[in-house]
Amino acid sequence: MSQIVDARGLSCPQPVLATKKAIDKGEFPIEVLVDTVTSRENVRRMAESRNKQVKVEESEDGFKLMISN
Amino acid sequence: MSQRLTQFFASRWGIILAGTVIGILAPLLQKLGNPPNMGICQYMRPEIIGFVLGALIAAYAFREFKPRVGSAPIVRFILGVFAMIGALAFLGCPWRAILRLAGGDLNAIIGLAGLAVGITVGVQFLKSGYSLGRSNKTYHSVGWIMPAIMIGFFLLLVFRVQFSGGAIFFSKKGPGAMYAPIFISLGAALIIGFLAQRTRFCTMGSIRDIILMRDTHLFSGVAALLVVAFIVNLILGQVKFGISAQPIAHSSHLWNFLGMALAGLAFALAGGCPGRQLFLAGEGDGDSAIFVIGMITGAAFAHNFGLAGKPDTIVEGVVKVGGISTAGMIAVIFGLVVCLIIGFSMREKN
Repeated sequence: MSQIVDARGLSCPQPVLATKKAIDKGEFPIEVLVDTVTSRENVRRMAESRNKQVKVEESEDGFKLMISN
Repeated sequence: MSQRLTQFFASRWGIILAGTVIGILAPLLQKLGNPPNMGICQYMRPEIIGFVLGALIAAYAFREFKPRVGSAPIVRFILGVFAMIGALAFLGCPWRAILRLAGGDLNAIIGLAGLAVGITVGVQFLKSGYSLGRSNKTYHSVGWIMPAIMIGFFLLLVFRVQFSGGAIFFSKKGPGAMYAPIFISLGAALIIGFLAQRTRFCTMGSIRDIILMRDTHLFSGVAALLVVAFIVNLILGQVKFGISAQPIAHSSHLWNFLGMALAGLAFALAGGCPGRQLFLAGEGDGDSAIFVIGMITGAAFAHNFGLAGKPDTIVEGVVKVGGISTAGMIAVIFGLVVCLIIGFSMREKN
């Protein structure tokens, strides 16, 4: 079961919190949508600090982060 | 190259660099004529203008200028007003609290403790689903409003424009009349604005991230600022340890604490300290721009209605403890109540 976290338009630190919640649920992969570089870096840093794999793709209106265990 | 730089700025060394540069520049600006322990702040100073424009340049250089608006602007306005009323009860934003501490003003410890408590309360709201909602993409011109206002301010400042009614009033005495040479201040602030936009330097975030997820990334930047500013102050002979009669500060502990608790809560609910809001406004965030306008309004309220703190004074060799007026106390308490209502009532149900 994969999860999708749509954090576009949310301000700091909500994208990170929402992603953290999804990671804590333990279902991977998690697809996180963000629209600023700040959110991309914050989400990436948080996920990597929890030893998750993070792949970033640019999407139409921001970035898509794929987080896997 | 651009990618490499982005990676560096996002790293721990990047944020430490930002803190270090602020820590060097702020005490130097004091040496050059800015008010003591107040290297960077206040209304319509070249520093504020430089922060926004420095962030604007950085955002354009790295293609991060993203005009966006629509995340509960009226709430952000109110948070800006009360954040400023709280900060002025203490006589300083978080940056100045750190600079005051770096100059030996131990009242700043109480202010920072208040700030941390306010942020802790804000974090509880964030954990229980508090959200101001999403912003939306908007037109380029909208993202330019705050930078354009700042350019306008700069022109007014440089040419010292006088309107027929007498405005703009430039302070003739007091901290408002003290300043380092305009172009040096502006240059320093442009550098800081650029670095802070790249590294997302934020004092409120530094405490919030530790409480929320044991993340010390932003904190390392703030710690670098404190340590470096202290060292530079020592070199320049600007350190004076003490509690009473510190420069532009009062030692009314309860109100230092509560004022900054209000500010911390408002910053946490709005997602950034005043510095961060200015940098975000520079990269096109119209909601942060509204927060900034709220802060300016709050400052006008505080100064016109006597809500701001009065510094300690020395009368015939005796220290007279300053503090805030009854109206100021009521404003701080009222602000805390309003922020709590915002925190409780704006939680998304799961």
